[in-house]
Amino acid sequence: MAPLTWTGSLSFLNLFFGLAVGIFAVMVIVQIITSLFAKEQTIHIRSDGTAATSAGIGGLISFAVKVTFFAILAIVIIYLLAGIVMGTNAGIFGGMAQQLTPVWVGMVLIFVASIKFKRSLGLYGKLFDSTVGMIGFALVLFWVLAGIMAGVFDMIITHDSLSQASGMKNKLPGTPLRGAEDDEFQWYLLGGDNLARDVFSRLFKGAWTVVLIAPFATIFAFMVGITLGLPAGYYGGRLDTFLSFVANLILAFPVILLFYLLVTPEIVATGIPNYMAAVLFVFPVIFFGVLLNSRYHTQPKVRTPLLIVVLGALAWIYLALISNNGNIISTKEYNIWGLPEFLDFYDMDPSILVVFVSVVFVNAPTVFRIVRGLALDIKTRDYVAAAQTRGEGPWYIMLWEILPNARGPLIVDFCLRIGYTTILLGTLGFFGLGLESESPDWGTTINTGRTLIRAYVHPLLPPAVSLLTLVLGLNLLADGLREESLRD
Amino acid sequence: MGTFIIRRLGQMLLTALCLTFIVFFMTNLTPNLEKLAKTQGNFRMSDEAVNSWLSDRGYLAPLPYKFGQWVGVVPGWTNEKTDNDGQTVVTGRCFLAATPVEDRARFCGVLQGFWGYSSVFKTDVDALVAKRLSATGKLMGFVLLLMVPMALIVGILAGMREGSNLDRTLSTFSIASTATPEYVSGVIFIALLASSKFGISPILADWGWIDTKTLFLGSAKKAVEDATFRNFFLPVLTISLYGMGYIARMTRASMAEVMTAQYIRTARLKGVNFRNVVMKHALRNALIAPFTVIMLQVPWLLNGVVIVEYLFAYDGFGRLLVEAARGNDIELLMAISVVSVILVLLTQLISDIGYVFLNPRIRIS
Repeated sequence: MAPLTWTGSLSFLNLFFGLAVGIFAVMVIVQIITSLFAKEQTIHIRSDGTAATSAGIGGLISFAVKVTFFAILAIVIIYLLAGIVMGTNAGIFGGMAQQLTPVWVGMVLIFVASIKFKRSLGLYGKLFDSTVGMIGFALVLFWVLAGIMAGVFDMIITHDSLSQASGMKNKLPGTPLRGAEDDEFQWYLLGGDNLARDVFSRLFKGAWTVVLIAPFATIFAFMVGITLGLPAGYYGGRLDTFLSFVANLILAFPVILLFYLLVTPEIVATGIPNYMAAVLFVFPVIFFGVLLNSRYHTQPKVRTPLLIVVLGALAWIYLALISNNGNIISTKEYNIWGLPEFLDFYDMDPSILVVFVSVVFVNAPTVFRIVRGLALDIKTRDYVAAAQTRGEGPWYIMLWEILPNARGPLIVDFCLRIGYTTILLGTLGFFGLGLESESPDWGTTINTGRTLIRAYVHPLLPPAVSLLTLVLGLNLLADGLREESLRD
Repeated sequence: MGTFIIRRLGQMLLTALCLTFIVFFMTNLTPNLEKLAKTQGNFRMSDEAVNSWLSDRGYLAPLPYKFGQWVGVVPGWTNEKTDNDGQTVVTGRCFLAATPVEDRARFCGVLQGFWGYSSVFKTDVDALVAKRLSATGKLMGFVLLLMVPMALIVGILAGMREGSNLDRTLSTFSIASTATPEYVSGVIFIALLASSKFGISPILADWGWIDTKTLFLGSAKKAVEDATFRNFFLPVLTISLYGMGYIARMTRASMAEVMTAQYIRTARLKGVNFRNVVMKHALRNALIAPFTVIMLQVPWLLNGVVIVEYLFAYDGFGRLLVEAARGNDIELLMAISVVSVILVLLTQLISDIGYVFLNPRIRIS
């Protein structure tokens, strides 16, 4: 079987595509240069008394930029649609487009539904008023859907991400799989890596690791930051001085040194990550407990059953998360007894746990500082004074008056922070820390591909570009959200 | 101002002390010490051999006591041992066996100017750190030279006409640059510009535009002694790009805010042309905020430096950190953390002081 080319039978389109991209690039550069020197728009008063601006040369260039941009977009869509229909007949891109069909379907459904009901969806709906926000959301949605589908349902991937095929070591993209069975996928779409594994499948399996860890780690970091930052900002005084000192202490650490100190097999053997998990994971329990108690403590009939149910469930999840094989901490010398195994529904892989904990630990101080700053600002507002006069308790004011009013900046920072967490996870992988060396996550793949970079770039570029697009998507999303939340 | 600086310096000292203690604690955990013994002695040591190796070198003393030795407020350990010939040999932290008894110092720690001995590099820590710091200083210097002007120009151009096409293009560029961590952009640059099989180097070599195999070098190993454009540009560019986007966005925001100020509108209405408004009226005020950001960016660059030095095999401070951490080189790691904490806190101090000096509104009140 012949190796696939990038675009297969659609290759006649490549010329147009190249042309459009070339013209677009030139035009953008021309636009930047002319806008530096061009005179400002002149306004003519026409004979009927209406005013009109003349487009001039700047207008012409921006028209050309728009046209070429839409041409590029159209050709990309043709590649995609044809690829979904024709599969590998349309080359590597076609094959990938076809493999990703469920992702495209999911994205189209979510976008159509969201745009249709955008007026009733609050801030999320307003996102669809901003182009930047929509592009960002599309990138993020792509990776989230792809990660879930590949990681949970084994959909997109063409081969097992760990199995090695003979004769596929370092093979270029589009190489047919040697000795493939009839029911197997016949090609390595993005080639094979240095252990003859399929780069394409590993890429999407790796997306799952990122999509799973990054948002959850960020949520935990926010729980810690909010639970400590609100009282620090609201009460001030000694508490604030102490917590700020600790936060600054952690922030003064070079992140990579901290990772090297926390994420080594030797440290895992001492059980320190488990202690840290036990401390850090308790914050969501505290947060929700205080949140509900401060709201309903005047109605004991509602509060008591509510707290019992919620705290019971959270405590169970908490214990299940931190205990493995019936022990919270198990080292060579001693064990600390935890949730018995028959109740423990989830065993966190120790290598993921240590990565998770260290990422939360690095992010929490920054969130703390942001929340503290916001609380300092908002506590001087009139509605806080009104609540104090009403005799509300401090925790009610913090969690039900200050926190909802700080949500705008916090949501924006949340998006940015998921991106930063993704970068941190990649950094860990890049230094070969934490996850096992055969883990398909992007950082680890970049690290293993790095050694052969001068000879083979194809195992290395896909994870690098994927990480870039995901983080870019999150940043654009945050930008769109910021713009839209500032609008009203 | 004086009391402010003294208070900050005191805070710095406390932070440095706490931080080094944490590093000391983590590196002195039993499994780490075992690893150290096995890498320094041999890998097949029995548990007893590990224990005697560690106790001979004072590693098994209580933690505060050891930390005190490192600081220099507790006498260094000494150890008497009878060798095979029946002679007592005294070894110690502060002297070699050959040192005459009367010259042997009791205290040797940071306070006495003794930074210890690196177990990975087999050399004195202070000289090693100084050498590596100067290499990193060179890298950082070039990074700042490239990054700061680029970021300020991009930010000012984007912020002077908010919402224009130029603004949108440049803002997208700066967002993209903040979204590209060093290990991604570095890898992409090496693949495109420094690979003899991929990217533009083979094309250029085919056309005969370059004499060498690749346009740039993917390794900056030689740049420590002899930095050329060819071996040093990619690492510098890689660090600069990631830091640039953030400064550019701050500059843009600050510039956009200044451009909507009353006095700018007045100047425009008076008929001052746009270029003069930007250059003479807006620029100075718009640059106050980016100054703090640039200073606060310096410790952040340290991270990028570690990644880039590791990726491009540049023997600087960042690579030293990685190598020290891999070998659990306790005294080297302590020195490294002292240096980096001072760097972080000093830049914070400078940015606070500089902000006061640059901003007349704060200076006068």
